[in-house]
Amino acid sequence: MLESSDLIATDIETYLSEHERKGLLRFLTCGSVDDGKSTLIGRLLHDTKLIYEDQLLGLRADSAIMGSAGDRLDLALLMDGLKAEREQGITIDVAYRYFSTTRRKFIVADTPGHEQYTRNMATGASNCELAVILIDARSGVLNQTRRHSCISSLLGIRNVVVAINKMDLVDWSAERFHEIKDEYQAFSKELNFTDTYFVPMSALLGDNVVEQSGHLTWFDGPPLMEYLETVEVGGADGLEDLRFPVQLVVRPDLDFRGFAGTVAAGVLHPGDAVVALPSGVSSTIDRIVTFVGDQDEARAGDAITVTLTDEIDVSRGDLLVGVENPPNISHDIDAVIVWMADSTLEPGRQYLLQSVAGLGGASVTAVNYRVDVNTLEQVSADNLALNEIGCCAITVDRPLVFDPYVENRQTGSFVLIDRMSNSTLAAGMILGVSSGWDRRPDAGLVRQSSEIEPSERAARYGQLPATVLLTGLTAAGKSTIATALERRLFDRGRATVRLDGENMRLGISRDLSFSAQDRSENLRRVAEVARLVNNQGLIAIAALVAPKADVRERARKLVGADRWIEVFVDTPLAVCRERDPMGLYQQAEAEEIQQFPGVSAPYERPTDMDLRVDTSVDSVEKCVDSILALLESRGILNA
Amino acid sequence: MSRTHLNQLEAEAVHVMREVVSQCDNPVMLYSIGKDSSVLLHLARKAFAPGPIPFPLLHIDTTWKFRQMIEFRDRITASLGVDLIVHSNPQGVADRINPFDHGSRNYTDIMKTQALRQALDAGRYDAAFGGARRDEERARAKERIFSFRDRHHRWDPKAQRPELWSLYNGRVERGESIRVFPISNWTELDVWQYIHLEGIEIVPLYRSAIRPVVERGGTLIMVDDDRFQFVDKEKPEMRSVRFRTLGCYPLSGAVESTAVTIPEIIQEMLLATRSEREGRVIDHDQSDSMEEKKREGYF
Repeated sequence: MLESSDLIATDIETYLSEHERKGLLRFLTCGSVDDGKSTLIGRLLHDTKLIYEDQLLGLRADSAIMGSAGDRLDLALLMDGLKAEREQGITIDVAYRYFSTTRRKFIVADTPGHEQYTRNMATGASNCELAVILIDARSGVLNQTRRHSCISSLLGIRNVVVAINKMDLVDWSAERFHEIKDEYQAFSKELNFTDTYFVPMSALLGDNVVEQSGHLTWFDGPPLMEYLETVEVGGADGLEDLRFPVQLVVRPDLDFRGFAGTVAAGVLHPGDAVVALPSGVSSTIDRIVTFVGDQDEARAGDAITVTLTDEIDVSRGDLLVGVENPPNISHDIDAVIVWMADSTLEPGRQYLLQSVAGLGGASVTAVNYRVDVNTLEQVSADNLALNEIGCCAITVDRPLVFDPYVENRQTGSFVLIDRMSNSTLAAGMILGVSSGWDRRPDAGLVRQSSEIEPSERAARYGQLPATVLLTGLTAAGKSTIATALERRLFDRGRATVRLDGENMRLGISRDLSFSAQDRSENLRRVAEVARLVNNQGLIAIAALVAPKADVRERARKLVGADRWIEVFVDTPLAVCRERDPMGLYQQAEAEEIQQFPGVSAPYERPTDMDLRVDTSVDSVEKCVDSILALLESRGILNA
Repeated sequence: MSRTHLNQLEAEAVHVMREVVSQCDNPVMLYSIGKDSSVLLHLARKAFAPGPIPFPLLHIDTTWKFRQMIEFRDRITASLGVDLIVHSNPQGVADRINPFDHGSRNYTDIMKTQALRQALDAGRYDAAFGGARRDEERARAKERIFSFRDRHHRWDPKAQRPELWSLYNGRVERGESIRVFPISNWTELDVWQYIHLEGIEIVPLYRSAIRPVVERGGTLIMVDDDRFQFVDKEKPEMRSVRFRTLGCYPLSGAVESTAVTIPEIIQEMLLATRSEREGRVIDHDQSDSMEEKKREGYF
């Protein structure tokens, strides 16, 4: 529904009190140059009666001179702001437009469709909750469509409207609409969208923009505007734990010391226990102070000032957080970078990194890979050029407090700033603590090859190299089977290396904790060592929990699928708990150990393993027999 | 209860102001005395409460403002105890530059744009708040909230700093500055509604009253003092008028109205079919005039 002029005219007070309660939806529009995006927004403003008479007069004059809509009003000219762009006939920056209906207020970020303006689109998307992606019904899904969808997804947008425009030019064909819809769905299932709404329309003629279309009788969904008015948006800000980045210390006199900032996530109340990061010092919220008096609650998005019960040292860039589920603190992070400068991102160069946690020096230690935004493929790269997006490892010169971007956009984002020109060079979305998986070795390193042929090694050892991963819960019997398997192979004259997760942690992985991140790194190291020994012709036997399916998959790829044998030691949890030789389950249940697979963290059961064994049913010997049988059947032991 | 759009816009503006005070050494707030400035001032009080507003206000006095504006300015700033700096272009004053004899374009350049640059240079301000909104004019729709100005106060629309999330880059070298627009995302209706809800005081000229005006080229100009130059046989008529925007009285067009309360003003605005800046004579030349003025350093 449009703004009700009747109510404005007859009862302005009621109108105002209704208007006052409206929520706000920020959405972004993107499409290729000729998809009719500016026309669509012009249409939204026009049909919601937000174009004033004098603007309309200016528009009629402009349409006559520059318009490309024939005799019709060229609504696109309303949107294309600056002189140079208007002459070129394309929009080249982010423009913001505002309108409201009886149900909602809207801020529209209009972002360009032109190939080279990824940075503007990322800028527009960063503060939006929804994206409207325009497709010209004649041309269907283009590279640009994919690009816009990928960027929207990367920037944390979860709600998408795919507006299939110019339906008038394809005879309002339902078949064409469904064809495009299918094509889009096939491509977008890789993306992180939770809601995608497809709507056929003609922005030029107004069909299905605000009003239902008389031409599209086969379509029974709401028109675009009605959808925008009612859609529930979740966004990427699902984190519910308190994150309060301190922006400013307010100290008007010696008696008052407040910390001002905008709550990035969660809720806070006077009396809540908080921890200041990175110092780790605890305190309690005393008051939530505002201009109009103290509040008893503040939520994400509120700009407030708090005082603490203790005189602890807190300054700009510190975060006050809840006691549960603290954010990450690390010098080394992996992040998706959108490079926005003409000069190229080069690993090793020093930049400034600005986030809600303040400003610090940072350098990109490696470009792990570039993302082809048309296909989402990871492409190997040494640097990033203007408008390229890639995953980079970044080292910060102080401990950086953050959450992964997928959990919170405010605490998971940063910009890189040039030290000399002060210009903003890049936007970053943090994936997590730097992981060795993605880090590429320094350029210039060359692998030294051996003079010994694999066939010579196979002849010497009478075997082909392989890596047997025994994965399963703690106390499932993995190490026991590994040791028994090693003995049997040794006795048969085979050459093996046993890589036990726990032994790794006594040495090579001494620096790792039992967090999911570090478990992943431990498996990576095991896989790297396994690859080395496989290359020497040996059989690697690895025994570790390896609780995550995606991490096991990465290990499999690293070692090589043809050499990888995954054995799931599927002993029931109850039996493992019963055994519990080191009391680990007990400690996990008492919360003395965090993130313990099977208790306080998931163990993702393998689904496409090579072999499944269960030590509660079969003896160790029988399990080993079946592994040996598998190795033989694969030709590994009879080279 | 979910947060309303005004809650969100207010929080965004407060965040922006705090960010400037944190990042910049010497900020100033441009104070035009208009309704947007009144909102800005109110937001500044909220942002730094219970402390005082930690920057001075700067008013560029063209010497042709409405008398009621100057009275309002002096009373409000005194009651809030904020520092007020008033600057007029001394050369312009000496040359008696006025909008009647020198044309609106020259007058605006000398008494507004040049005067503003002089004051910003003299104060060595590295950040200046302004009350501009993106819905006012096409060129403004694309300007950042933190808008970089070079040593010559120039805006380059093609070299704007990318601005993502609520991360604002306020870093400048000596002589450069940032113009900051905390209410960029507000509409005219938001401003009025906020004034209404928060009970913010505004210059009485926004409310209708019987005032002496002459009609000139379809625009109603108020005869605010005895410097007014009448043309031909012009005589002031007493009409019930108010102003949608305030500036120099010879350049501000009044609208005929009987709206006195804020809801009445809002009602009239929503039912009107003419956009806000239309009352400003300076925009009329051509639709890109604002963009050019902005490039040259006009706010």
